[in-house]
Amino acid sequence: MDLKELVTKKLTEKFPQINFDITDYKDQLAVTFDKQHIVTISDFLKNDEDLQFKLCEDVTAVDWARRKKRFTVVYHIFSLKLNSRIRIKVDVEETENIESVSSVWKTANWHERETYDMYGITFKNHPDLRRMYMPEEFEYHPLRKDFPLMGIPGSLPLPKKEN
Amino acid sequence: MGLEAKLTKDGFFTSTVDALVAWARKSAVWPMPMGISCCAIEMMASGDPKYDIARFGSEVMRFTPRQSDCMIVAGTVTYKMSHVVRKIYDQMPDPKWVIAMGACTSSGGMYRSYSVVQGIDQFLPVDIYLAGCPPRPDNLLNALMQIQEKIGRSKARDYQDIPLPELPVIQNN
Ligand code: SF4
Repeated sequence: MDLKELVTKKLTEKFPQINFDITDYKDQLAVTFDKQHIVTISDFLKNDEDLQFKLCEDVTAVDWARRKKRFTVVYHIFSLKLNSRIRIKVDVEETENIESVSSVWKTANWHERETYDMYGITFKNHPDLRRMYMPEEFEYHPLRKDFPLMGIPGSLPLPKKEN
Repeated sequence: MGLEAKLTKDGFFTSTVDALVAWARKSAVWPMPMGISCCAIEMMASGDPKYDIARFGSEVMRFTPRQSDCMIVAGTVTYKMSHVVRKIYDQMPDPKWVIAMGACTSSGGMYRSYSVVQGIDQFLPVDIYLAGCPPRPDNLLNALMQIQEKIGRSKARDYQDIPLPELPVIQNN
């Protein structure tokens, strides 16, 4: 059984009431579903005997700028048992927040902080949602499409030049 | 060769204090290696036997700012890092000089981006801008020689009454 069949079978058996969109692009599997199920499904993917996606490699996001559901949060997870990775995609509106998966994968903690820093997506029940790269008092989210590449003048403080 | 050649007759020679001090200073410019990114590799290369920065009296890379004369800022300075660079510069004793090594440090280089300071002269007084991405070690040596020339022209009394800067005390950082 190849990965796509296995994941499809497992997920539809376990969660018959949830709509899954499982797509395959260049042998990379992506699973899309509604954001409210993120923690339960993540937990299942991690702890199921046959799947064991125990490693969360990255959490990031895509900013579609004009779409109604503005962001897509993307999770890259890896299974050591199957030696393969899949991608979870969840759409989020600009004003919404999403449940944190750091209770499932510990590494998601920092990845989610980075996503929050760069896109301004807030993760509910995150243990420590602070900025990762930018200074604490910075007001913008640099990877959003409406943020100018050269930044906003004066938004980042420089040390004073004396003499 | 060196000083011995000047010792003719009874072994005295006359000079001015300015010249003597400037000569002493320029012959032992101890660098503060502020190696932040890729340019730092070339800075390290200038210390190896092939280029040998020791020929110019600058082999003592001091990893504490309190013992150094010239800060070589080698690498991309981000806004977040700029405060650290300035703090280290403030801790160096006067007189002090700064080499902005590489395109990034001088002008932001290829990083035309929100996070990178577009030239460290926005917060530091720079003496030499060094072109290249990265500049070759011989280019760094050239910059060092120009700094030495600049120091050679300086007057000892220019640095007589420099007040110590008031540095903010950071309690928990
Ligand atoms: S100037 Fe080039 S080599 Fe130097 S720090 Fe910038 S990118 Fe790296």
